[in-house]
Amino acid sequence: MTKKIISKSEKQTEELGLKLAEELKPGTVIALIGDLGSGKTALTKALAKGLGIEEQVTSPTFTIIQEYSGGRLPLYHFDVYRLEGEEDMYELGYEDYFYGDGVCVVEWADRIKELLPKNTIYINIDYGSQENERIYNIKY
Amino acid sequence: MKDNKLITLAFETSCDETSVALLADGREVLSNVISSQIDVHKVFGGVVPEIASRHHLNNINYVYEQAMNEAGLSLEDVDIIGVTKGPGLVGALLIGIATAKSFAFATNKPLIGVHHIQGHICANYIEHKELEPPFLALIVSGGHTDLVDVKDYQQLEVLGCTRDDAAGEAFDKVARVLELGYPGVPKIDKIAKEGNPHAVEFKRVLLGKDSLDFSFSGIKTGVLNYVNSEKQKGKDINVHDVAASFQLSVVDVLVTKALMAATKTGHDKLVLAGGVAANSLLRKMLKEACDKEGISLYYPSLDLCTDNAAMIGCAAYYKYKAGSVDDLYMDAYATLSL
Repeated sequence: MTKKIISKSEKQTEELGLKLAEELKPGTVIALIGDLGSGKTALTKALAKGLGIEEQVTSPTFTIIQEYSGGRLPLYHFDVYRLEGEEDMYELGYEDYFYGDGVCVVEWADRIKELLPKNTIYINIDYGSQENERIYNIKY
Repeated sequence: MKDNKLITLAFETSCDETSVALLADGREVLSNVISSQIDVHKVFGGVVPEIASRHHLNNINYVYEQAMNEAGLSLEDVDIIGVTKGPGLVGALLIGIATAKSFAFATNKPLIGVHHIQGHICANYIEHKELEPPFLALIVSGGHTDLVDVKDYQQLEVLGCTRDDAAGEAFDKVARVLELGYPGVPKIDKIAKEGNPHAVEFKRVLLGKDSLDFSFSGIKTGVLNYVNSEKQKGKDINVHDVAASFQLSVVDVLVTKALMAATKTGHDKLVLAGGVAANSLLRKMLKEACDKEGISLYYPSLDLCTDNAAMIGCAAYYKYKAGSVDDLYMDAYATLSL
């Protein structure tokens, strides 16, 4: 199933994230695909909020994985941009996260396509015609 | 002990660098070996991504031996063992921790886990022998942007931190967009020198009048929007101008918040630390602002700005002096508050 959602502001993106969070189950993997500045971390912040995580969600670029507990489900936030390939994912022990008890959000997921589980939710983010407009194509 | 001085052996593996250091009495560096300075190509036959723990594992014994040789010490001289316990990449941290624990167990010497940010602050104790708390610290790196009230060696309070991207991360990402390469801070620093910093006005995000938190995601997106819209209009981008304007906007925010925090806390000393502390515009603008306010500014030399084990050893020394020692059950923490 594919859904197309247009967000015209950060506020609308947050609403989308909150709504998506309601349906998340243990073991869900969300693949975020979009350019720099498209709002991948911003959407993840909203997902975390929707899961009831009160901790500040920051960009995982530096640490590659950030873990957040304290919500309805644990959240594992990945940024795989700096990884050189799938082998690096094995070294990080990704299977424990992808097939674990929490929700995984993977930024730049197109870089590790082969490793994403069958039931992955794909969210492609594109720039819209306005500066703050973003187009979300959600496939699940 | 060596010459009646307490010897600290320290390990840092929280992210990309594998580093081992030896210090005498906490502030005197006897050796500080960082794996990126070693000819990795020659030793391991090719460049390997340093992100994964396997590479730390490959490097650590070699770096340890190098550190011992440079310091002219043997394991019997070591009194305490310090290691970064977080924040960072757990798999990477664990290599340093497992190594430190092994040495602690084998020698029966105290093990001290150190917060990475506390380490960055301590880099200044090594650089400036006269520096003593209290002071205000601004830590800016690829992974962190923090304002910390350093009340005493062990009493630290975070006044503000980033809500999205770290300052150094914004530099890296903008450098990527401008096709300048990695790492972003020196690349942008260099190219910005030939640009007009007022060519493009990127919006400074201050998050409210009293907030000491930072947000750099918006500035990054501002640069992207600018570059994209110029491209759509078929115009060429002046990379020098964009880099200079971006750099000024980030530095502006850092300086503004640091001075706000200084006023709030009443500190007359400001300590800069972390990889972005090497940025020349940041140093220059902070210096000007501090001079105006009668604040003394301190920052470490380049090799103490980036991740290194000497700063961790210094932090471990002061923790040990304060009676804080860890046991062999100590864990690694991806996120860890000060």
